[in-house]
Amino acid sequence: MIRLYRALLRLYPTSFRLEYGDEMSAVFAQHLAGAGPLGRVGLFLGAVADVVPNALALHWDVLRQDLRYTVRTLGHARGFAFTAILVTALGVGANTAAFSVADFVLLRPLPYPEADRLVKLFERSLTGRGYNELSPADHQDWKRLNSTFEAMGAYADGAVNLVGAGDPRRLQIASVTPDLLPLVGVSPLLGRVFEPETDGDADLRTAVLGYGLWQSQFGGDRGVLGRSVNLNGAPYEVIGVMPPGYYFPSRGVEAWLPLVVSPDDFQDRDNTFLKGVGRLKDGVTLEQAQADLEVVAARLARDYPETNAETGAFLVRLQDEVQDRARFLLLALCGAALCILLLACANLANLLLARAAARERELAVRAALGAGRERLVRQMITESVTLAAVGGAVGVLVAVLAVPLLTRLVPTTLPIAEQPTLDLRILAVAALFTAFTGIGFGLVPALRAGRGGGFTALRDGARAGGGRKQRLRAGLVTVEVAMSVVLLITSGLLMRAVWRVQATDPGFRPDGVLTLRTHLPRPRYDDPLRRDEFYTRVLSDLRALPGVESAAYVSFLPMVMTGGIWGVTIPGREETRDNAASLRFVTPGFFATMGIPLLRGRDIEAGDTFDRPFVAVVSEALARRHWPGEDPIGKVFQFAFFERTVVGVVSDVRVRGLERTSEPQVYLSHLQVPDGGLIFYDPKDLVIRSSVPAAALVPAVRRIIRSADAEQPISDVATLADVVASQTAPRRAQLRVLVALAVLALVLAGVGIHGLLAFTVSQRRQEIGVRLALGAEPGGIARLVLREGLLLAVLGIVPGVVAAYLAARGMSALLFGVKPADPATMLAAVGLALVMTLAGSLLPALRAVRVSPMSVMRTE
Amino acid sequence: MVHDPADIAALLPLPSATFHILLALAAGDRHGYGIIQDVEARTDGALRLSAGTLYRTIQRLLEQGLITEPRKPNASLDDPRRRYYRITPFGTAVARAESNRLAQLVRLARGAGLLPKRS
Repeated sequence: MIRLYRALLRLYPTSFRLEYGDEMSAVFAQHLAGAGPLGRVGLFLGAVADVVPNALALHWDVLRQDLRYTVRTLGHARGFAFTAILVTALGVGANTAAFSVADFVLLRPLPYPEADRLVKLFERSLTGRGYNELSPADHQDWKRLNSTFEAMGAYADGAVNLVGAGDPRRLQIASVTPDLLPLVGVSPLLGRVFEPETDGDADLRTAVLGYGLWQSQFGGDRGVLGRSVNLNGAPYEVIGVMPPGYYFPSRGVEAWLPLVVSPDDFQDRDNTFLKGVGRLKDGVTLEQAQADLEVVAARLARDYPETNAETGAFLVRLQDEVQDRARFLLLALCGAALCILLLACANLANLLLARAAARERELAVRAALGAGRERLVRQMITESVTLAAVGGAVGVLVAVLAVPLLTRLVPTTLPIAEQPTLDLRILAVAALFTAFTGIGFGLVPALRAGRGGGFTALRDGARAGGGRKQRLRAGLVTVEVAMSVVLLITSGLLMRAVWRVQATDPGFRPDGVLTLRTHLPRPRYDDPLRRDEFYTRVLSDLRALPGVESAAYVSFLPMVMTGGIWGVTIPGREETRDNAASLRFVTPGFFATMGIPLLRGRDIEAGDTFDRPFVAVVSEALARRHWPGEDPIGKVFQFAFFERTVVGVVSDVRVRGLERTSEPQVYLSHLQVPDGGLIFYDPKDLVIRSSVPAAALVPAVRRIIRSADAEQPISDVATLADVVASQTAPRRAQLRVLVALAVLALVLAGVGIHGLLAFTVSQRRQEIGVRLALGAEPGGIARLVLREGLLLAVLGIVPGVVAAYLAARGMSALLFGVKPADPATMLAAVGLALVMTLAGSLLPALRAVRVSPMSVMRTE
Repeated sequence: MVHDPADIAALLPLPSATFHILLALAAGDRHGYGIIQDVEARTDGALRLSAGTLYRTIQRLLEQGLITEPRKPNASLDDPRRRYYRITPFGTAVARAESNRLAQLVRLARGAGLLPKRS
């Protein structure tokens, strides 16, 4: 019983237990002596009730005492406190930001009830590795024949013109089967969603609005239910509004319409355009469902061998449908952030080690005055945890500021908000990192200091900091330098790559060009003359605007739409394999507006109508490919259903984007198109070259388009320069993050070098003083310190460069031709590291020079 | 010895356990168990100090200088291995101040008719 009581006493702070434990046990023993067996148990229970609150109260007293002491001592060491807090804040901040974004994208369940049961369904090619969408007939059969799904639905992405609610607008929509929204499982904010009973009623023109659309176009009016809206020229009745924060299937979708599948669509099982979504029955695993659908697919393969012989099923959880690239980016970000955390920890450990060494005398004095070792260690841990806690709090602020910078790494294809909100989960992550930093790296120096204890430090002239401890610290610093060099070089190489991409000539002059899209809806614009009327009216009005130099329409802007490929054949020649060219219909003036140089011949003209000879303007590369060394003007080729005669040659444009090889281009007159054919290629992108700033021009352009067709929405307003810049946007986003981390690493390494040297100088004051007294030049002393800093830097830089080279070779695909060993980058990075070293060494060197020999000798 | 009245006033009112411990020590040096027994006897068993409360209070009284732990206890005391505590002059002053404060309260209570007049 008495032993139990002694165990109970361990709850007390050690100092108190050592002081009074024996006494208390003796008292307890005396109580026990007069009690029976039952009374003993009662006594022990009473002791528990006595010890627990008293021990807690004492711990609280000690903590308050230590905190007071910490605040006081840190007040005297402001530089140290500031550095430690800053280092922790940066480490915790970078990691909290990185992990909250990664958690948001990769780990957190999607915002639907029981989201883990939602899966995406694809047809899988049994011969190849690809998988694609479902045909309506297959979807219907999968739904009918499976035994593992509670419900199954499908959707197709689309866009419609919205007219009659404010300005005409182009809406991103999803056409959904009636079972889809109910199976996803989020209730509408207002009204209802489509109901499975209405399945097959193709004429049902109803619409469900997203919250954002309801707010922006309908002013959040609850009376919108039952109202008719004009979509693509047809009336739809609004039956529901979804709640805020509801996204499905991706963030951009603003409204949902019933999917209309014509009987024709059911005939062809190769006609795959539906994206399938299913909800698994409770308790069914993904593997079971996969096996189930494989059986269904095999049955369909038997029944419809021509189309389905090679078709299997492929399932993926909705949750896991994140692009590999996004996943890779986020994981790389987390990795880099962890590097920073380790750097911060190494720094903190260094700082605390130095402080502990510098305080050895103080600690020894306190130990001599009767403070127990445990008490001293506890005091030091209180100090490092306090620093870490303040650092962690500042780190959360850093994270709050950093998270918006990372939102470009959140894929837009996911049905989640643009950026994670700061919530308890993130705060918990921050607390975890803080505790890791504070306790993990405060403990070692504290224990080390506690071990040292003894009176040796009090002996006159004893020097603290043995050689081993110094080597450990120097090692930590060289690792910091190496890591910062790796980050510097890799981000430097990526920066060069971005510059190189940006310096690539797109083939046109993007400056001063405004672009926007007017997607003319069919069947309203089935007649090419009606389209021509629209184009002619808009373009001539535009050209009359002051400042407008020229304007034209084109099927698709380069880099925005990179496909649109057609095969070129030359009459009388065999068809070659490599004959693809990108097809664009244009109105006259396109080349002048875009700044694409016309090299020979003439532009498309207004006279190139359907009843005139069919003409084409081709790019240089096409002429070179098909008629090398010949004059291409007047040559004839078969393209887009007709024979076309070359009337002009223009220079090449990077249609596929700055980083990819593009097919040669063929430009055709928008009037020389078969009636009702090639709808996809209707000119829809308007380009305007003007001397007026784009923002000032837009209202006039809108007015002109409205007067040509009041129901025509305008979308994708942007300058051509923006379009080109968006080519490098993901790269730049990635680069920004990496550069920020590299700078952080550099600063941390600099702080590390400074800390170590400052400490060395303070430890060697006597030696320096003696040297100065014996006539050493101050310059020589400064050189001594600088040399030590440089040595640390070089020891870190050499392995850093090697590691960076290896890392760069691994990512050479991203470097756009910049060599992994690019000397300019390497030199710049090494130079920066050296500058940082000098900056870090400067203060300690100055302090060394300022050592006063007299005062040092006096203490000696 | 003159004590700063402000130092004394800062400690008042004393927690009841503290006051009782000071009362016990005012009668002479005692060890921990002795204090417990003394307080119990003095209050007729109404107040039984627990070991936890006792030693936490002792630690604070030592810090505040109200009691000391004499190196050599009186020879008359029985067990030389136990730790004994002694009230300091400052402790006596504080205990006296607390007693006066309580007496003052009792006078007030009488004046208000809450207690019978002294017969």
